Amino acid sequence: MRKIVSILLLIIVAFGIIRALVEIPFGTLKTEVGRYYIEKGVEETGAVNIVTSVVVNYRAFDTLGEIVVLFIAAIGLGAVLRTGREKKTRDVQPASLILFTGCRFLFPFILILGIYIFIHGHLTPGGGFQGGAIIASGFLLIYLGCKERRISRVASHIAESLGGLVFLGIGLLGLVFGSYFLFNFLPMGTANTLFSAGVIPIIYIAIGFKVGSELAGILDNLIEES
Amino acid sequence: MSFLNSYIYYIGAFGLILIGLYIMLVKHNLIKVIVGLGILDTGVNLFLISVGYITKGTAPIFSKPGIDSQQMVDPVPQALVLTAIVIGVAVLALALSLAIRLYQHYRTLDLREIKEQRW
Amino acid sequence: MIYLVSILVFLMLIGAVMASILKDLIGAVIAATLVSIIAAILFYLLQAPDVAMAEAAVGAALTAAIFIIAIRRTERYEK
Repeated sequence: MRKIVSILLLIIVAFGIIRALVEIPFGTLKTEVGRYYIEKGVEETGAVNIVTSVVVNYRAFDTLGEIVVLFIAAIGLGAVLRTGREKKTRDVQPASLILFTGCRFLFPFILILGIYIFIHGHLTPGGGFQGGAIIASGFLLIYLGCKERRISRVASHIAESLGGLVFLGIGLLGLVFGSYFLFNFLPMGTANTLFSAGVIPIIYIAIGFKVGSELAGILDNLIEES
Repeated sequence: MSFLNSYIYYIGAFGLILIGLYIMLVKHNLIKVIVGLGILDTGVNLFLISVGYITKGTAPIFSKPGIDSQQMVDPVPQALVLTAIVIGVAVLALALSLAIRLYQHYRTLDLREIKEQRW
Repeated sequence: MIYLVSILVFLMLIGAVMASILKDLIGAVIAATLVSIIAAILFYLLQAPDVAMAEAAVGAALTAAIFIIAIRRTERYEK
């Protein structure tokens, strides 16, 4: 009975989507605001990566909302999974020497790659979220390869809180110096250099640290059995 | 051939949305339902990016000073999808933590048996 | 060029159907990771390098890792 109703519902949804899809032509210009961002983007913000200037400067409030959603998900996961009972001790076979040494050797290079990606977010494709995900992958390598080694909880909390507070602080400083929240108040500099585009690199560094330590904290909570 | 040329990305996104919805409605193991949620999320993101594509356009980055700005792809859907991908992984993590909690309480992950029990 | 995209979309849809059919849950997770990786390639072919990098970093490594950790704490086979 339930299967018949579900398949009927799927046929109705498929019919609706096909009726909408034939009206949308593929490969033509659809919005006007994209043209404005491309033409005025470099002189108004100073970042040569237009997607970065849209995410951090023109629509920075949406990025703030997304960081809040990620924060709520991490807190919810920690609240559901940690009960305060003592951990069951399992017999874990330690990894071989090659695996242990290889994981410890690769870890700083993965961190450097992640930090490089989010520092150059306004010049090349990249940014805070991509760099943060790569840093979390580096921590996953340490959790899988080395037995019973965790990052210290205090350092993770400090990195995460500082990232969010720097973002909000820059937004409020924009209210002080300019006219609106998240105003770009630092000088633009010449395009295509590292120290350009105002507050955009500082916001991306804060977002990179916050997302990286948050995803590593999510993995830590899932692996610990308690 | 021209039909395929103009609609192949739409067919891919539409197929992913339908298969994701089918897994979420019909299957009765909780982790498989969450896998279906992930596939549905990927399908919707692919559809959003393929709407913003302009024929024979390039990526919206001014890496060299002399790039023509008339031939660039729309940057607004890319910014929205960047946000949507991160929110998708946050929702998956929270859903999996709730699934682990349900297993510790009911000792099963079958949705039909969980609905039968009262307490 | 259009043949390459057609083959990739066909492989992606086969991966999604395999994620629905398999009874071993770890096999279903690996099929969903295949869907995510081919979607990252298609994002690059649609001239969106930022989105391709985000989808590859998040969908290929982190989603599979949290699924496999959750499956390890519950059951492996769907009845």
